[in-house]
Amino acid sequence: MNKIFLIIQREYLSRVKKKSFLLLTFLIPFILLGMNALVVYLSLSGSDQKTEVHVIDDSGIFIPDLKDNKSIDFIPSHTPLSKAKNELSDTGEGFLLYIPADIQQGGKPEMLSKKKPGISVLSSIEEQMNGILRTRMLKDAGIDLETLNSIKPAVSIISKEITPEGEKSSNAGAAYAVGFVSAILIYMSLFIYGAQVMRGVIEEKTSRIIEVIISSVKPFQLMLGKIIGIGLVGLTQFLLWIILSLALTGIAGNVLLQGQEKPGSEQVSQKDASPEQMMEEGLGAEVMKAIDTINFSYILTIFLVYFLGGFMLYSALFAAVGSAVDSETETQQFMFPITLPLLFTYIMSFSFIVNNPDSSLAFWLSIIPFTSPIAMMVRLPFGVPEWELILSLTLLIIGFIFTTWVAARIYRVGILMYGKKASYRELAKWFMYKE
Amino acid sequence: MLSIRNIVKQYANHRALDNVSMEIEKGSIFGLLGPNGAGKTSLIRIINQITAPDEGEIWLNGEKLNPSHISKIGYLPEERGLYKKMKIGDQMLYLAQLKGLSKKEATKRIKYWFEKMEMQTWWNKKVEDLSKGMQQKVQFVATVVHDPELLILDEPFSGFDPINAEIIKNEILELNKKGATIIFSTHRMESVEQLCQSIALLNKSHKILEGRVRDIKNSYRNNIFRISYVGTDLPSENMDTFELISHQQNENYKEITIKIKEGKTTNDVLYLLLPNFQVNELTEVIPSINDIFIQNVKTTNLL
Repeated sequence: MNKIFLIIQREYLSRVKKKSFLLLTFLIPFILLGMNALVVYLSLSGSDQKTEVHVIDDSGIFIPDLKDNKSIDFIPSHTPLSKAKNELSDTGEGFLLYIPADIQQGGKPEMLSKKKPGISVLSSIEEQMNGILRTRMLKDAGIDLETLNSIKPAVSIISKEITPEGEKSSNAGAAYAVGFVSAILIYMSLFIYGAQVMRGVIEEKTSRIIEVIISSVKPFQLMLGKIIGIGLVGLTQFLLWIILSLALTGIAGNVLLQGQEKPGSEQVSQKDASPEQMMEEGLGAEVMKAIDTINFSYILTIFLVYFLGGFMLYSALFAAVGSAVDSETETQQFMFPITLPLLFTYIMSFSFIVNNPDSSLAFWLSIIPFTSPIAMMVRLPFGVPEWELILSLTLLIIGFIFTTWVAARIYRVGILMYGKKASYRELAKWFMYKE
Repeated sequence: MLSIRNIVKQYANHRALDNVSMEIEKGSIFGLLGPNGAGKTSLIRIINQITAPDEGEIWLNGEKLNPSHISKIGYLPEERGLYKKMKIGDQMLYLAQLKGLSKKEATKRIKYWFEKMEMQTWWNKKVEDLSKGMQQKVQFVATVVHDPELLILDEPFSGFDPINAEIIKNEILELNKKGATIIFSTHRMESVEQLCQSIALLNKSHKILEGRVRDIKNSYRNNIFRISYVGTDLPSENMDTFELISHQQNENYKEITIKIKEGKTTNDVLYLLLPNFQVNELTEVIPSINDIFIQNVKTTNLL
C-alpha cells in the first residue's frame, strides 16, 4: 500500500511541477475570459465596415422605407440596370440591389456584386424588405396597422419542476448549455488524461526503467498508482480552473459594474436612446436568471464523480495499449476501439440526447459504463431520477474494476515485451497467461 | 542461500526454462552463463519475482521466495533505464523507497554512495544531461543503495569504459567481501574466470553445466601441454609417449602443442626431449571457460 502511495506521489508531483501544467492551468481561465470579452465586445460594437448597397427599385415600394443600420448604407440609384451593372463590373466595388417592378406578383429581387455579400447583410436586407412588403400588403388588405400592432400576445411558458423543496423554475436553455459544456469537458479530459497515462507507460517501457521498478513493485501496483496519480492531476487542474474562473469572473464582474455606475450623464442618455442596449440588458438578466435555475454544486459533484469514473475506466485501457506498443506511433490500431464508444456518445449527445433526454436510447447510453460519463452529463441538467444515477454509477464502478482487471493482465506481460508487433490475438494470449 | 528447484517457464509456444535447478552459496560470486536466448533473463526475472514460474520453487535463505524478499535483492537489468526528465537525486530516492527504505535512510545511503563514486554534484541533474557512462554509474548505485543480500547483475560491465569498469568491479568485490551474494549473468567469459567461484551454463532452456570454476576446468583438462624449445624439428619416431597436435616456428624458438598419451607423464616427455633440445617452458593447456562454453554449446546444439 505504501508503495502505491509512493508511485501516486511521483506521478502526481512530476506532472504538477511541470511548467506546462502551471502554464495551462493559469492560462486557460484567462484565455476563456479573454475570448468571452472579445465576443461581447464584437457583438456590441458590430462590424466596423459598412456595406454600401445601391438600390434600383423598379417597384418604388421599398426605397422610402429602407433604413440604414450599423452595417449597411442604402444608396438609392436611378441609373438603368444594364448601365449600373457595367459600372459595377468596371469598378468591382459595392453591391447592387435590384428590385423588379413585379415583386408583389412573385418577382425575385437580385443582389449583384463582384464579391460575395455577407450572410448577415443579405438576411438583414431580406428582413427589412419582408417587413416593408408585409406592411404594404396588410394596408392593401384593409387591415388597420394600429390595431394590429396593439394586439401582440406575449406568451412565455415558465417551466417549473416539482421537487420536494417545492416548485422550482427550470430552464431548458440553461440545462442545454450546462449539459453541452460538461459533456465536452468530460470527452476532452478523458482523452487528454488517458493519453497521459498511455504516454507514461510508453515512457517507462522505452526508457527501460520498467524492469527496475517492477522488481520492486507489482505491475498492477505501478499501473494503478499511475492511473490514480494522473487522475489526481486532472482533478487538481479542474479545481484550479473552477476556482480561478470564479475569481476572475468575480473580478471582471466588479470591474464591469463599476464601469457602469461611474459614468456621467453621457452614457445614461445613450442608454435611454438605444432600445437595443436595453434589450441586451434584459437578455443578460434573463441569462442570469436561467443560470440561477441550475444547481451548480450538484452538477459539479456529479461531474467530478463521472470524470473520475470515466477516467479510471478508460485510462486502464489506455495503459494496456501503452504497454503493448514500443512507441506512440504504433498505438493507432488499438486506439480505434477505445475512441469509438466515446466518439459515438459525443456525437449522439449533441444530435439526439439533448433533444430527447428521457428517450430510451439516452437512458441506455447513460447507463452503459463506456458511454455514461458523457451521456449522463448531458442528461443531468434536465433532471435524472436518483435510481438511474445510482445504477449508472454502480455500473461505472463495476466497469472500471473490470477494465482495470483486463488491462492489468495485458499490461503485466506487455511492459516486458520489446520489438514484437502486438496484434489483438497476441493481446488475447497475454491476457490468458498465468501469473 | 539461493536454491532454484526444477523451474519450468512456458511461454505460448516456447519453453524458456525447462526443469532448471541450481544452488548458489551464500557469499559466493556466481556466474550465470549462456548464449542469447538461453533463458538467463527469464530465470533472473523469476528470481526477482517479476514473473512467476509455471512449475518449481525458489528458496532464499531457507524461505520460499515471497514479496518480503524484494528488499533483499538488488537487480541491475541488462537494458539500463532511468526516468529521463527526473532529477537524479529524486530518482534515487524514489527507487530506494520502492525497495522499502525510509526517506531519511535512503537519503543517507544515497549521499554515502554519491560521495564514494564521486558524483555529489549530480543530485540536481537530469538523466538526459549525463553521459552514458555516468548513467550507468547512477544505475549501479540504484541497484546497491538498499544494501541487498543478493545482487543480480545482468551484463554489468557493458557500457562502461575500462576505468569505470574497474571501479565497478572493485565495488562489486567489496560488497561481496562484506557478505553479499552476487549473481553475474553474462556471455562475456573473461570476467567470469576472474570473478566467479561457481558457474552454471544455460543453453536452450536447459542447464547443461554447473559447478565450481576450478572443478569444471579440471574436468576439462585432457593432458595437453605446450612446450617451447630451441633446436631442430622433433623426430617423428618415438611417438608412443605423446601425440603432436601442432607446431609453430618462431623467430628463435619453436613451440609445440602435444597430448600426452595415457599412462605417461610430463617427466616421460622431458626425459625424451632434454638430451636433444633446450626446453624453455612447459605449461599445461587448461581450457578457458570460454572454450568450455563454446564446446558445450556446440555439442548440445548438435544433439
